[in-house]
Amino acid sequence: MRSCYGLICGCGALWDVVSALPLQPRAVNVDLQTDATLQVDISDALSERDKVKFTVHTKSTLPNFKQNEFSVVRQHEEFIWLHDSFVENEEYAGYIIPPAPPRPDFDASREKLQKLGEGEGSMTKEEFTKMKQELEAEYLAIFKKTVAMHEVFLCRVAAHPVLRKDLNFHVFLEYNQDLSVRGKNKKEKLEDFFKNVVKSADGVLVAGVKDVDDFFEHEKTFLLEYHNRVKDASAKSDRMIRSHKNAADDINRIASSLYTLGTQDSTDLCKFFLKVSELFEKTRKIESRVAADEDLKLADLLKYYLRESQAAKDLLYRRSRALVDYENANKALDKARAKNRDVLQAETSQQLCCHKFEKISESAKQELIDFKTRRVAAFRKNLVELAELELKHAKVTMT
Amino acid sequence: MCVCVCVCVQSGPASLPAEDISTNSNGPKQDSLFDDDPEDLFAEATEEVSLDSPERDVLLSDGPSPAITPITPPCSLITPHIDMFTHCSFDEIEEEEGGDSFDMHISVSDPEKVGDGMNAYMAYKVSTKTSMSLFRSQDFSVKRRFSDFLGLHSKLASKYLHIGYIVPPAPEKSIVGMTKVKVGKEDQSSNEFVEKRRSALERYLMRTVKHPTLLKDPDVLQFLESSELPRAVSTQALSSAGILRMVNKAAEAVNKMTIKMNESDAWFEEKQQHFDNLDLQLRKLHASVESLVCHRRELSVNTALFAKSAAMLGNSEDHTALSRALSQLAEVEEKIDQLHQDQANADFYCFSELLGDYVRLITAVKGVFDHRMKTWQKWQDGQILLQKKREAEAKLQFNNKPEKLQQAKDEMRELEGKVQQGERDFELISKTIRKEVSRFEKERVKDFKTIIIKYLESLVQTQQKQKVKNIIIIIFSISY
Repeated sequence: MRSCYGLICGCGALWDVVSALPLQPRAVNVDLQTDATLQVDISDALSERDKVKFTVHTKSTLPNFKQNEFSVVRQHEEFIWLHDSFVENEEYAGYIIPPAPPRPDFDASREKLQKLGEGEGSMTKEEFTKMKQELEAEYLAIFKKTVAMHEVFLCRVAAHPVLRKDLNFHVFLEYNQDLSVRGKNKKEKLEDFFKNVVKSADGVLVAGVKDVDDFFEHEKTFLLEYHNRVKDASAKSDRMIRSHKNAADDINRIASSLYTLGTQDSTDLCKFFLKVSELFEKTRKIESRVAADEDLKLADLLKYYLRESQAAKDLLYRRSRALVDYENANKALDKARAKNRDVLQAETSQQLCCHKFEKISESAKQELIDFKTRRVAAFRKNLVELAELELKHAKVTMT
Repeated sequence: MCVCVCVCVQSGPASLPAEDISTNSNGPKQDSLFDDDPEDLFAEATEEVSLDSPERDVLLSDGPSPAITPITPPCSLITPHIDMFTHCSFDEIEEEEGGDSFDMHISVSDPEKVGDGMNAYMAYKVSTKTSMSLFRSQDFSVKRRFSDFLGLHSKLASKYLHIGYIVPPAPEKSIVGMTKVKVGKEDQSSNEFVEKRRSALERYLMRTVKHPTLLKDPDVLQFLESSELPRAVSTQALSSAGILRMVNKAAEAVNKMTIKMNESDAWFEEKQQHFDNLDLQLRKLHASVESLVCHRRELSVNTALFAKSAAMLGNSEDHTALSRALSQLAEVEEKIDQLHQDQANADFYCFSELLGDYVRLITAVKGVFDHRMKTWQKWQDGQILLQKKREAEAKLQFNNKPEKLQQAKDEMRELEGKVQQGERDFELISKTIRKEVSRFEKERVKDFKTIIIKYLESLVQTQQKQKVKNIIIIIFSISY
């Protein structure tokens, strides 16, 4: 496990490397070999007014790159372009495409900062500085999270034996000019929307087809159920964390009111008030830290696996699509043979479909098994870390 | 893998002595806590709990699902907690402290719904235990309803407020709450409403009888002792008396703005400022505490939802070790949920209620100050009138009109008497207010100290439960 830390290289708690578990010999071989050959990480990130610039740093011994170590600056849209290029590539139909990182969203935080600025006159200096510090910490946390998510995406691509060889990926890593990838305009977004609608309708049709292979049938049912439950758990954990943050804010306000009461009071109550105010301060720090930890370990984990299970579902959909195509081609071939017309054409198309289907099936099986191992490991690691953190906090609360 | 956890226990042996702790904290601990730092509460005895301690045996009675068994210790920890909020009145502490020879214990209990439909009401049993000679017997109880309490308050207010006594305000009417109860909704929120009202009434009565002058008032005695009380109709919200009250209040508010008092006594000015500040701060604090209680309740609901969701997720996982882990996580989350719920209740009943009481009390105090201003104004008006009459008399004398002169002289004598009375009233009210304010401050200090200590104690109890939760977490991480 230690040897593969290079690949993780700062990916954060979100991702556990496949090779960490000695279950799949292929995984162990491939990853050990590719350990030093391609390492990607995000070494720096800059947040400008409405965009974030990531500095993608690559270390590689592969011959296709001009240098051994180089960095480029990339923006979020370029990551999305890379992801989309994978999705649209027919060659990769049989693989789970690593889910795209979510857009960096600082709107909520920015709004709060603005509101704070407006309400500056109405609160005392200490309150203002305290709230400002908190908001800045929140901003920093969101920032770190978005960097981590972009990094995870890149690392997953770099670890995948086939995707890492993709030309677009190499261009992404190496080309130090702007990739001039603009975000999708309205027309393209509309197109995307319709494509999605068609896809989901198709997905429903295709899902009805019973699969010959037990493994895939089982995976299909499992993934569907799992995806829904992860979605549910993710939403609920978000709500829980939000309540936690609200409670922490309240405790902050109470602490400062008690402090004011304590300083104003002339009786010996003031000592009591100040003491309780300190206590509340401490409680708040701990509660907000607990909320942040829960957020990082639990919520992010659930969100990530939500996206990844969606990607796995997409894979299954593609496979089913290929199966349907194959069956249709078979029927067409039979019809052609019966009519004795265009037999060669039907035969070639049937061969193609068969070939495609088998290719997808084979790689899909492996991908799904990998997915499961990865998932189990990630959950285990995060849950244990979460438990350890909670313990640490509890110890602090007790003293 | 042996993990040692350093925990701070208040007192007692390593086994979780739940009942012990709650009684200990009310008893001898009380005196030391009044003088020492409450922080000492936590720095008491540090105990190293290694996993080979007896607690572990209690918790690890089975192999497969060790986290499931320790349901009993947390439950027994919860019961003394509930004890705490039914005794939210401060009389026990009062007796133990043994300050003045005040020996009276009033409790409001057994809310009973009487009648049906919109005419229904809740009847409360008011029980008094006392050894004072003022009362006919030592231990007696009567049945009262909410409007009786309001009636008592309005009678006391009309008698004492304008001469400077701080009359404790009665709990507020709540049309929404009462309607729910009348309609017969037997759910959580209406139970809570009745409980909240019951404890508010108890605190109101205790505060009223702690006041030495009010205690001796015949209305109060009648309220506590006589089995039948004439119904106080004028306290109904939508009655003519109610509307008259509202109009009067508005008129008074306008008047207050126009009176500009010449404050000759710096003490009053300082105290006025002090109460204004206190009012502001307490209102802010009260709002924050209520908001915290609301969010904590939300948090516990959301945690429960998440726990169920995580359990379902655990069920769908193929990999059995992971599914077990997830369901254990779900259980831990549920226990945290219970913790939060209890904490929310504790916070609500003690702190927030007291703050609410004091916000209303300070309004009463400010009202008393206003009465003083009004008395002063009356006195000043009387003086001005006297002055005018004097001038008129001088003019009459000058114009030499003997009959009218006599009349004027009589009027003036009457007026002089009134002015002197006005001055005496003003002096009296100022003196009374001074006494009242110092009594109020003493009570306030005592009440707040008590409530803070109670809150800290509840915090300690929470931490006991936290200890159990931590042990569960340790077990959970060990199983990996």
